[in-house]
Amino acid sequence: MTLIRLLLLFFRIGLFSFGGGYAMLPLIYQGANELTGMTTEEFSRLVALSQVTPGPVAINAATYVGYQYAGIPGATAATVGVVLPSVLLVFIVSLFLVKFRESEAMKAVLSGIRPATVGLLLSAVVFLAQGSILTGMQLNLLPVVFFLVVLLIAGKFNGDPILLTVVAGVAGALVIR
Amino acid sequence: MKELWQLFITFLKIGTLTFGGGYAMIPAIRRETVTKRGWTDEEGITDCIAVSQSLPGAFAVNVAIFIGKQVKGIPGAAVACFSLVFPAYLTILIILMFLGTVEDNVYITGAFEGIKAASVALILVTTVQLGRGILKTKTAWVIAVISFIAIVLLSANAIYAILAGGLIGYFQYQYGKRKEVGDR
Repeated sequence: MTLIRLLLLFFRIGLFSFGGGYAMLPLIYQGANELTGMTTEEFSRLVALSQVTPGPVAINAATYVGYQYAGIPGATAATVGVVLPSVLLVFIVSLFLVKFRESEAMKAVLSGIRPATVGLLLSAVVFLAQGSILTGMQLNLLPVVFFLVVLLIAGKFNGDPILLTVVAGVAGALVIR
Repeated sequence: MKELWQLFITFLKIGTLTFGGGYAMIPAIRRETVTKRGWTDEEGITDCIAVSQSLPGAFAVNVAIFIGKQVKGIPGAAVACFSLVFPAYLTILIILMFLGTVEDNVYITGAFEGIKAASVALILVTTVQLGRGILKTKTAWVIAVISFIAIVLLSANAIYAILAGGLIGYFQYQYGKRKEVGDR
């Protein structure tokens, strides 16, 4: 019963949170508070941990809450639950896209959506810069150096993003602390 | 079988070596799926980003399922989804079971600061490179600028920006059709 409750709770969270990872956190907090009586202090630990561990934040968070509530089976149930709505919805939408992709109207819609997505990606840059290379209007020296070096290597020399991420992590551990 | 294995390896690598989730995973996903494997093209990955953002759930998970399905149907989607999610799941379990607090460790927070700064640059480069192929008309530029301003300055939800872009594209097409008929 416990596992089904966890699965359903995280299924609901996966289904009703738009905007990915961080947008899911308030819902995850509510659910975790309801189930395990998780405090805000513990939740901020969860958020910090989700950020410094690999993979999507929502998955990290689901695994964390599930484990606290019901051990490894709980972690698995919560993770499956949060992923399941994505599986179902992406399937439905991709069937639809394949079917209409060649239609003129769909091409027109996509030709408007693509530039909007470029704008969206650029806005992600602004949001992520805040709290990393910027604090308010102030530049953070070391992160700015990291930013510029990676910008140069990735932009000019087409450096591999995964390799650059790993190198930046190692360098950060040695230098920024 | 070969494609399933490639999907497994590719998304396992992405799931293990990218941090913070969401947009931070896009540069790696684009590099591995478009540049290295050729599973989709620049337009395809942009459509995939738009769809994944518009659907509920974890963004990177949606992207993985979308690409997996495109490459190898239902088994492909299952493999891509599993291999992206598994490292995130396993890391949390290992930390909770054996390691205790790692998030206060100065080396870990330092590494994370370095990775964050790097991902800002990586996403910026990805945006510019995708933009080069997509922003070819005046309308496209206008849509991109409006979407950026709406999200950053007016805090609009990204879904509305995507919907608005789609509507503008559609109306432009209808208007073009009508004009063609009128010109005849």
